[in-house]
Amino acid sequence: MSTLSAITAATLQKDLRLEWRSKDAVNSMLFFSLLVVVIFSFSFNPTAEESRQIAGGLIWVAFLFAAVVALNQTWARELRNQVLDAYRVSPAPAVALFLAKVIGNFIFVSVLEALMTPLFIVFYSLRALGPGWQLIPVAALGTWALVVNGTFFAAMSIRTRSREIMLPLLLFPISIPALLAMVEATSSILTGENSAKFWIVLLAVYDVVFTTVCLLLFETVLNAE
Amino acid sequence: MKRAFPIFAIVTAGLLTFALYEALVVAPTEQTMGDVQRIFYYHVPSAWTAFLLFFINFGASLVYLIKRNTKADILALVSAEVGVVFCTVVLVTGPIWARPVWGIWWTWDMRLTLTLVLWLIYVSYLVLRRFSSGSQTPLIAAVLAIFGALDVPLVYFSIWYFRTQHPSPVIGRGGELDPRMAHVLLINWLAFSCFAFLVCWSRYRLEQVKRDVDETQALEALLETRSVR
Repeated sequence: MSTLSAITAATLQKDLRLEWRSKDAVNSMLFFSLLVVVIFSFSFNPTAEESRQIAGGLIWVAFLFAAVVALNQTWARELRNQVLDAYRVSPAPAVALFLAKVIGNFIFVSVLEALMTPLFIVFYSLRALGPGWQLIPVAALGTWALVVNGTFFAAMSIRTRSREIMLPLLLFPISIPALLAMVEATSSILTGENSAKFWIVLLAVYDVVFTTVCLLLFETVLNAE
Repeated sequence: MKRAFPIFAIVTAGLLTFALYEALVVAPTEQTMGDVQRIFYYHVPSAWTAFLLFFINFGASLVYLIKRNTKADILALVSAEVGVVFCTVVLVTGPIWARPVWGIWWTWDMRLTLTLVLWLIYVSYLVLRRFSSGSQTPLIAAVLAIFGALDVPLVYFSIWYFRTQHPSPVIGRGGELDPRMAHVLLINWLAFSCFAFLVCWSRYRLEQVKRDVDETQALEALLETRSVR
């Protein structure tokens, strides 16, 4: 177990350092979601009451599209100089590599969310009428749901033609229940009309199920030849 | 074995003709909906057949992941393809019926949404098979099929909670179905399952031949480069 966590930590550290120096993923995600916010704001031009109804959907659609930008770069980076092949022949457990990538993407998308949420609040003049603290578990569980499957499918799609397009085609249909849960939970917290408990439980179940499957099957996908 | 296929094809054609006659002539006309209701004999059997095929796809993918058996892979591919076709029939015949009866083409009702999401998942499965080339295709396709199958209960619960405030669908009144209608429905289902099986069978043979041809061509190309040297 200690080797697993040591390898995870080392890979994660490497990814974070690479990202810190280039800031490729975070910058492109930030600008992309900024564009989405502005375009949505133009096209709907909502009042405060309307925006409370639709904001849950807008926020998560923006984050979903932005996350795809980062997820696509996860493994593409490792293809250069045959790094991925080196991983394959190394005795390091594949699960450690996968966990490091997932945690790294989770950090990137969380940073994006932390920076973009104030902007959403300003542009759409949002104020939660329900228990606002519940947005934190919704965001954490929802981001994990997107990132864990996204990292896995990105590893699958590097083996296909036109892989940049392939990732959303695989990720979005499978993510429908998670997206529905995130959007509905956020909307019910913002409007304060319903309880978000069911959706938070559903997200937690989704996370547990798909994290388990990803960890079980990742080695098979990494070594597929 | 070679003679079994045409015999089965003739039996299926006969069964489909009989089922058509039963659905259009023998089955009683529904009191409130009228003749539009007869689409039900195509809609429901197609849905059952599609779900059965998706289930077969899941089973075959699981077998492939464990045993790496080529036959299981071909079965998974074939059942997903034919399943998507039947699921499309369901999604097309549904609105044709819903427009005169419900007054709307589409509603985000439990069953409609679930069928649409299933269709999306399996279309993405077929797209993945199309876009990936090489020997690892069966493996990553099988992995995606497992993800899709695990997603179904989660989709079910999320939509169930999302849509509980809506009235239950009209077709849900299974207990009130006229026994003559149920009889016609079952005959149609049998005919449709046989038809699906027939299509899968011929597609399975086609895929096997295609793979044999690909393999032979690859071998020939290999031999040619050797002899040129």
